[in-house]
Amino acid sequence: MSILIDNDTRLVVQGITGREGEFHARQMIAYGTKVVAGTNPVKGGQTVAGVPVFNMVKQAVAETGANTSIIYVPAFAAVDAILEAVDAGIKLVVCIAEGIPTLDMIEVVRFVKENGARLIGPNCPGLMTPGQCKVGIMPGHIAKPGKVGLVSRSGTLTYEVVKALSDLDLGQSTCVGIGGDPIIGTNFIDVLEMFQADPETEAIVMIGEIGGSDEEQAAEYIKKHVTKPMAGFIAGQTAPEGKRMGHAGAIISGGTGTAKEKIAAMTAAGVRMAESPPRVGAVMAEMLKG
Amino acid sequence: MKIHEYQAREILAKHGVPVPRAEVATSPAEARAVAERLGGSVVVKAQVLVGGRGKAGGVKLAAGPAEAEEIAGRILGMDLKGITVRRVLVAEAVNIQKELYLGVTIDRSRQAVVAMGSAEGGVEIEEVARTAPDKIIKVYAHPMLGFADFHARQLAYGMGLAPSFASDFTRIMRGLYNAMVATDASLVEINPLVIVDGKLLAIDSKILLDDNALYRHKDLEALRDLDEDDPYERAAREEGLNFVKLDGNIGCVVNGAGLAMATMDVVKLYGGDPANFLDIGGGARAESVAAALKIILSDPKVEAVLFNIFGGITRCDEVAKGIVAAQGQLERKVPMVVRLLGTNEEEARRILAEASLISATTMEEAAQKVVAQLKQG
Repeated sequence: MSILIDNDTRLVVQGITGREGEFHARQMIAYGTKVVAGTNPVKGGQTVAGVPVFNMVKQAVAETGANTSIIYVPAFAAVDAILEAVDAGIKLVVCIAEGIPTLDMIEVVRFVKENGARLIGPNCPGLMTPGQCKVGIMPGHIAKPGKVGLVSRSGTLTYEVVKALSDLDLGQSTCVGIGGDPIIGTNFIDVLEMFQADPETEAIVMIGEIGGSDEEQAAEYIKKHVTKPMAGFIAGQTAPEGKRMGHAGAIISGGTGTAKEKIAAMTAAGVRMAESPPRVGAVMAEMLKG
Repeated sequence: MKIHEYQAREILAKHGVPVPRAEVATSPAEARAVAERLGGSVVVKAQVLVGGRGKAGGVKLAAGPAEAEEIAGRILGMDLKGITVRRVLVAEAVNIQKELYLGVTIDRSRQAVVAMGSAEGGVEIEEVARTAPDKIIKVYAHPMLGFADFHARQLAYGMGLAPSFASDFTRIMRGLYNAMVATDASLVEINPLVIVDGKLLAIDSKILLDDNALYRHKDLEALRDLDEDDPYERAAREEGLNFVKLDGNIGCVVNGAGLAMATMDVVKLYGGDPANFLDIGGGARAESVAAALKIILSDPKVEAVLFNIFGGITRCDEVAKGIVAAQGQLERKVPMVVRLLGTNEEEARRILAEASLISATTMEEAAQKVVAQLKQG
């Protein structure tokens, strides 16, 4: 088993006619993901990557039974794309776009929750259940099917850790990139809860970074609710205060949100912290050996 | 993006927040003229984008025009925490009875706008939050409806204000929230909000703008103070790169913010000192990679460059093309350690086969190699 996506995922690609949309639609199809539809607000009727394109998500859902959406449109159009997917009844919406205004996301996140849907991202690499399905932009070949669940705020850092795990033959159940923005649809705790409940996930890796207090809150949750072995890493130990480190959410302000605090909180919650991303693999291997 | 106090003051005034009369001056003579217009004693305040101006000697009281000129002469041109003061705000001095704090910002975990008030104004709110968190009153806005007037009253009475202030306070909080929404700010703060003759007045204000929203606020982008911008960071921003200048000598070119931070951490772990944080972004083209390399090497302190690319949406062959293109144009040659993995990595390897680069397969190996290069030289 796995969480969020598997062989039953039927994917609609919003923005499939764009450069990234088409490229990654092909990559996802090659990986084995069931990409059933694409959308573009005005270019319906075409076929891209062998997939029918519709003007509206609603049509795509009605005609292809799509149940999950991935959004490859730029930030200025992404809010509309998320709202459209949710309105069409899609229950899992994944948004890659970086640069959505934060105040917009406050409204979007509320709309998504009120409609019983789940949003992953924005500003995230998507997710992958190795051997079954990938939704997003993660390079598929680095992952292996297995029993380690992975959740991370960062994209490329996720790949680094996935590779480190795979190199040591530690396969993954599902890898989830939750995104680097201050307001995101799904947070660490949401994913930890799913991994804890998933019988096929035997251990969990959590990758955080500076800024905010999500890692500290996750640490509180882990202490109370997570019984599976956990390894982790926090990026940004050398980051200066008051500077946004790329991600809108990665900023140390007023002396809070530092890597030091987060590492301390996670260590206190029983998570074994690695000093570099590649070493997460070795730390996890050691924990699983007993 | 940070904006100056005088710019924030104008935005708040436009949204109905009462502010003291004030004008900007760029010379002592102008400061004198402003003081003459305002009459009475004035406060001369350095306009720089760093906190703690008062403690650093950038805020002074002047009894009249002559003293305002003299003080402005001292503050203008002074070095305030590494920044040269180019402007002062000359504001009428008021007789402060009490200092309060009022701010609106984004609460990340509640996913809502929060208004915070405290009867302990005039000091850093983070300090109050650390030492006396119960002295900060918070109310949360509805995501669609914003704040209602009762929220403002809850805050005002929570802060211990008398009913006579309720209506003014409500108007100020509404102005604060409207200013936040109108400018896509991530923080709008009045500190201190003071009581003067039974009325509320915003003495100092601060606004932080959401960089992600600047594309729809061309007028606000114009408020950026290019004088206070780091020249390297400005050049990078113009190329669409996420760049933060640091003090070390190892340039870092990485895709993805998390990996960029982790790469800096690993460089440090092996005894190196990163010269910058750089995320070339998702799906970067060859041109932006070449631009990044040029910006990094324009800092004479940089003695080696580390590329750490793990391609997902970014295609390794594009990065490789950028490296090759930039190498042809660079005036200065430094050792470059390259680690490319992920989407289209085979093509990248072919493109780079001819270039004189040091290759690495893992980020740890890459960090060790770049540090070793510096030790050799």
